[in-house]
Amino acid sequence: MSAIDAGIVPQPKPESAAPSFYSGDQSLRGWLFTRDHKRIAILYTLSITLFFGLGGAAAAMIRYDLIVPSGELATEVYNKAFTFHGVVMVWFFLLPSIPVTLGNFLLPIMIGARDLAFPRINLFSWYLFVGGGAFVVAALWAGGVDTGWTFYTPYSTMFSNTNVYLAIIGVFVTGFSTIFTGLNFIVTTHTMRMPGMTWMRLPLFVWGLYAVSVVMVLATPVLAMTLALVGLERVVGVGVFDPALGGDPLLFQHLFWFYSHPAVYMMILPAMGLASEVISCFTSRRVFGYKFMTYSMLAIAVIGFMVWGHHMFVSGMSVYAAMVFSLLSFLVAVPSAIKIFNWTATLRKGDIRFTAPMLYALGFVGLFLLGGLTGLILAAPALDEFLHDTYFVIAHFHYVMVGGSVMAYLGGIHFWWPKVTGRLYSERLAKFAAVLMFVGFNVTFFPQYLLGYEGMPRRYHSYLPKFQELNIISTGGAVLLAISYALPVLYLLWSLRYGKRSPPNPWDARGLEWQTSSPPPKENFLHPPVPREAYAYDEPAL
Amino acid sequence: MSALLPDASTMAPRVDVLFWYMIGLCGFVAVGIFATMIYFALKYRAGSKADRTGKHKQSIGVEVTWTLVPFGMFIAVFIWSLFVFARLHSPPAGAQTVYLVAKQWMWKIQHAGGQREINALHVPLGEPIRLVMISQDVIHSFSVPAFRVKQDVLPGTYTDLWFTPTETGRYSFYCDQYCGLDHSRMIGDVVVMAPADYARWLAKNPAPENVAARGAALFRSRGCSGCHGANASVHAPDLDGLYGRTVHLADGSTVIADDRYIHDSILLPDKQVVAGFAPIMPSFEGQLSEEEILELVAYIKSTTATAHQPPSVGSESTHERH
Repeated sequence: MSAIDAGIVPQPKPESAAPSFYSGDQSLRGWLFTRDHKRIAILYTLSITLFFGLGGAAAAMIRYDLIVPSGELATEVYNKAFTFHGVVMVWFFLLPSIPVTLGNFLLPIMIGARDLAFPRINLFSWYLFVGGGAFVVAALWAGGVDTGWTFYTPYSTMFSNTNVYLAIIGVFVTGFSTIFTGLNFIVTTHTMRMPGMTWMRLPLFVWGLYAVSVVMVLATPVLAMTLALVGLERVVGVGVFDPALGGDPLLFQHLFWFYSHPAVYMMILPAMGLASEVISCFTSRRVFGYKFMTYSMLAIAVIGFMVWGHHMFVSGMSVYAAMVFSLLSFLVAVPSAIKIFNWTATLRKGDIRFTAPMLYALGFVGLFLLGGLTGLILAAPALDEFLHDTYFVIAHFHYVMVGGSVMAYLGGIHFWWPKVTGRLYSERLAKFAAVLMFVGFNVTFFPQYLLGYEGMPRRYHSYLPKFQELNIISTGGAVLLAISYALPVLYLLWSLRYGKRSPPNPWDARGLEWQTSSPPPKENFLHPPVPREAYAYDEPAL
Repeated sequence: MSALLPDASTMAPRVDVLFWYMIGLCGFVAVGIFATMIYFALKYRAGSKADRTGKHKQSIGVEVTWTLVPFGMFIAVFIWSLFVFARLHSPPAGAQTVYLVAKQWMWKIQHAGGQREINALHVPLGEPIRLVMISQDVIHSFSVPAFRVKQDVLPGTYTDLWFTPTETGRYSFYCDQYCGLDHSRMIGDVVVMAPADYARWLAKNPAPENVAARGAALFRSRGCSGCHGANASVHAPDLDGLYGRTVHLADGSTVIADDRYIHDSILLPDKQVVAGFAPIMPSFEGQLSEEEILELVAYIKSTTATAHQPPSVGSESTHERH
């Protein structure tokens, strides 16, 4: 395959390669006590990949169980599998995924800084993350948890006799990792931008990280408090949520979703910023509507705090409250619509190169669109009353979180892989994996919309025979999806040893990160980079 | 339209019209966006000869347009859905009440005539049915997809749901809120019968007493009548004809005596004390099952005010103290 086919722009050999951040202290100690944001990003990448594997194994168990109506697994095994899948995927993969890996690596470089504002806190965040994860794995080791990732009361406090306490501690601890990361990113973005890197010149990926950091810092403490109260009720019997003790179970749902709805935006906002970087690069064109893209991310972050009640339309909340939450939920869809239109318009008059990262980014836009549109259906309480807690909801949020966030995350990994590792991977295999993921994802989750419409409830270990055909199709799709996740692991690892060396700017991109060597030196830049308008594709690369 | 799922209640077609309208709208938008993306992708692929003048241009006008157009469309759909939603929460007057108690992992149903059933609900065609529901343990959710209705069933408080079936047949109902081990076995059938068949079913399942009569027996056997009865020596409010009246409370506020108020007054008597009475009633928490409380509520509902009673409990006593 020629270099042009691969979308890789030929470049002169860089002047004497600077020692990269991989040289220096190579010992285990040098990694575990590093304060270099790039090394910490790699520690995070290894950890979340491990958790993704664990969560994926649980998903495989779910899909295996649902092949036959009576369920292939024992009921309690199934209940623990979907709980573990939810807990691990939400808190130990999706929420941290883009910010702590690509964000950690790129944020300082994109704004021309040497590191994050608080390098030691950054390392401490990773330890908290791994510590929290250890508690969750311990909960699994001790026999698992069967409450669902939502820990609804009074089931979680007074009725479940599984390891709720360990799981809650795990999520509680890792929440502080999220808070510290958010704080670090906010301070970094405010104070460490190099001269000339004004707010309106920031890449949209930085804006996405900034918006998500604000949400992290404001929402996560509420989760910590709520889980602490669940723990108190479970252990000491303080009556907060259980009506038998004088509590109110709906109070838990309000507090939980006050955190967990913004948490959904924590998963999607960085993905939105990331997709903008990739699409702009491979159209060689400025992002259409840069300012609207920025404001719409901030609008999503703000309005996202006011829509939590749409998870509770059928929970017994007042009819009038449901109407207000419905209106706000329709409103939060407007900025998402703006983003879809702008990405589409960015393709117009571009010079589009269909590289692997671009295929992932376009797949992200398509799947996020389908997830977002079905979100509108659920925002109407009259329809939610019919579809709530069915597979329709499962399909909806997997389209947003997996089709959206994971597809974008993989696109980002492919886009910046040459920058992070200094190696090029096989474009042919990468394109195949991207297309396979898009197809496999739709085969897995589209049937679940239909199952939901027919009324199949979520979290069912066994089901009526009429639902079997669609479940089998879904499980078949999950096999394709699993292959599409395993492939990149193989060829990316292969590239570390056998891949061609990457020039500093293999894609002819414009961000500051492409002005330094691949991989970057420890200090990020040997010569100060030159900040320009974001996406200066109308000017030559520097 | 209903190839996948029958339309078996008066509300089902209304919900369906909105649903398919939304599917049509979303499908139209999705196809439009995908078609545009594919068109641009082909036309502007790298190396094509397409005209690219004005490549990096931005346009505020376009941005504002595609902000306001979706905004208007969303508001229109929102208003439409409000009307459907309001109807879903307005049971017709004269709806027949059926009581439902959920527990891990079964549905216990009791008809007004006293018939009991488990994981099945027999109803007559064309009659509005209102379910009054409560859970004995965790949160459950009662869902009948063929009727397009669903409502969580909570411990400690009543929720309700109504439907008017329009087709005879069996329709599955499910527990939709995860409630522990056998959540997926908490399913059953609503059996909609022609009125004559329903009458025959009722006759074949005679209940010794109706719900209110069971409540009356409990009212005596559990000692309620010792204080609340006509000949009681203890100073306690008379409960005849209480249901639906306005009650004046000791803290100066008022409350309508509905199912929830009576339920709470039995379990948490100190929460809302009637004006002019001392808070001397003991709690029956843990001594009465939710089914028994439903029977007591039905009994109180069935009583009518005796002639000497004031129109609202508590108001006269308050008056006397001034």
